[in-house]
Amino acid sequence: MHLEVSGLHKQFATPQETIQALKDVNLHVEQGEFVCVVGASGSGKSTLLRLIAGLEMPTTGWIEVDGERVIGPGADRGMVFQDYTLYPWMTVQKNVEFGLKLQGIGKQERKEQASYYLGMVGLVEFAQSLPKQLSGGMKQRVAIARALTSQPKILLMDEPFGALDVQTKENMQQFMLELWERTGTSILMITHDVREAVFLSQRIYVMTARPGTVRAEIAVNLDKSRTRQTRELPQFKTYQDEVTAQLLVST
Amino acid sequence: MITESAAPTTSQREPQDNQKSLRPSLFWRLGKPIPIRLDWALRTASVIVPLILWWALSSSGIVNPKFLPSPIDVMGAFGRLWAEGLFFDDLSASIFRVGSGFLLAAVLSIPLGISMGAFAAVRSLLEPIMGIVRYMPAPAFIPLLIIYLGLDEAPKIALIFIGVIFFNTLMIMDAVKFVPQHLLEATYTLGGSRRQTLMQVITPYVVPNIIDTFRINMAAAWNLVVVAELIAANEGLGKRIEIAQRFFRTDEIFAYLIILGVIGFLVDLSLRVLLKATCKWAVD
Repeated sequence: MHLEVSGLHKQFATPQETIQALKDVNLHVEQGEFVCVVGASGSGKSTLLRLIAGLEMPTTGWIEVDGERVIGPGADRGMVFQDYTLYPWMTVQKNVEFGLKLQGIGKQERKEQASYYLGMVGLVEFAQSLPKQLSGGMKQRVAIARALTSQPKILLMDEPFGALDVQTKENMQQFMLELWERTGTSILMITHDVREAVFLSQRIYVMTARPGTVRAEIAVNLDKSRTRQTRELPQFKTYQDEVTAQLLVST
Repeated sequence: MITESAAPTTSQREPQDNQKSLRPSLFWRLGKPIPIRLDWALRTASVIVPLILWWALSSSGIVNPKFLPSPIDVMGAFGRLWAEGLFFDDLSASIFRVGSGFLLAAVLSIPLGISMGAFAAVRSLLEPIMGIVRYMPAPAFIPLLIIYLGLDEAPKIALIFIGVIFFNTLMIMDAVKFVPQHLLEATYTLGGSRRQTLMQVITPYVVPNIIDTFRINMAAAWNLVVVAELIAANEGLGKRIEIAQRFFRTDEIFAYLIILGVIGFLVDLSLRVLLKATCKWAVD
C-alpha cells in the first residue's frame, strides 16, 4: 500500500466568498504505517481526510492509492467517523458484516469474518445487541471492526476518540495500537490531540489553519510497542513539545 | 409571592424554599413521564368523565332527548342496528373503501417519498405540483370523481387515494431528508453503491417514520370515507348517518359516531403496536 497526496488544493464557494480550505498539501503513507495529522480546528484536516476517502473532490491536485487515482469513495479506504455512524436498526454483528454484504459475499463467510473482527475488538458477547445499548467506546470499536472487516488498504480515522472521556480515550488508544500491530493495517488518523498523535504515530503531519497546509512532518522514533509508561518518557515530552511548538507557530 | 409576604411564618418553616431554585413538580415537569398509575388514572378519566357529563346532561332534562339521547338510548340503538344486520354490512363497506384507497396510496407513496427525499432532481420535479394539489381539499374532487368514475366504489376509493397520497409522500420525503449524511458516507466507504445505499440504508432507516406517517394519515382516510358516503352511497357508516338524520334518529347517529371513533382508535393502536414490534431500535 502506498498513499500519495500531491499538490492538493480545496476551495469551497459560499455565496459571500470562496474559502481556501486546503492549500498545496503533500503527504504520503506507506504500508503498515500509523500516521497522524494534527491541526487546530479550521486547519482543514477533516476536509483532507474526506478528500482521501473520496467523499469530496479536490479543486486541484491528486490522491493516489497504489498508483490508482481516487475518484470517489470505495472499500479500499475504510473510514471511521467521530460520531460512530453505526446502523441503528442492525445488531452489532450485522453492522460489522454489512461491508461484506455490500460486496456480495455469502452469509456464512460474512458471519465468520465478522465474528473474527468482533473477537479482535473484544465485543463477541455483544454481537446480538443493538448499537443504542452500547457505550461510546464500544460503539467506536464496532465501527472500527466494521471498517476492518472489508479489509481496506488503509484505515482513515476522523478524530475517532474525540467524543470519549479521558479514561476511555486512553484505553482506546492502547487498544488501537494493539489492533494496528496485529492487523498490520496502514492507518491515517486525524486528531487535534497532540498527546494522542505522539502516542500513536510513527510520523506526524502538523497542519496550519487558513489556508490549511502542512507545516511540518515529524518522525516519532519511539519504541513500537508503547504502553502507559511511554507517556512518561522524556522523549515523549520532547516530541509533544515539538509538535505543540509547530502548532503554536501557526496560530 | 403575595402569600409569602403576607405570611412570613411559611418561609420561616421552610428555609430552603427559596425563589432561586426550580421547585419540583409532579404534574408540570416538562417533557418528563409521570408515574404509571397516575398515567392510567388520567387516561381512564379522559374517557369516563365525558361519558358521565353526557349522561348527567341527558338525564337532567335540560336538553330535549330528541337532540341529546342518553347513553342508554345509544346502547339500545347499537343493539337494534346489530339485530337488523345492517351494522356489519355498513362497517365492512366502509373498511373496504378505506382499506383499498389507503393501500393504493401507501404502495405508491413509499417509492415516491423516498425518491423525492433522496434525489434533489425528483424533488424539484414533483414537489411544486404536489404542494399545489395538496391544498386542493379532497372532498372538492367528489363531483369530478362521480362524473369520471360513476357512483360505484371507484370514486370513493379514488377520493381516499387523493386525500392521502400527497401527505404520505411529503411526510416520507421529509423523513428521508433527516437520514444522517454520515450514515450514507459510511456506506460508501464500505463499498456500497448508490442503489445499495438507497435500498439498504435509507429505506430501513425511515421505516418507523413510514409507519408513523400511515398512522397519522389514516385519520384523514377515515374522515374522507364518511364524506364520500354522505354524498353518494348505498351503504357504509356515512350513508347510515345520513339516513339516520333524515329520520331524526339522533341515537343512531351517536352510535355510528362512537363506532367511527373506536375503530379509528383501534387502527391507530395497532399501528403503534406494529411500530413497537418491528422497529425496536427506534422506540424508547
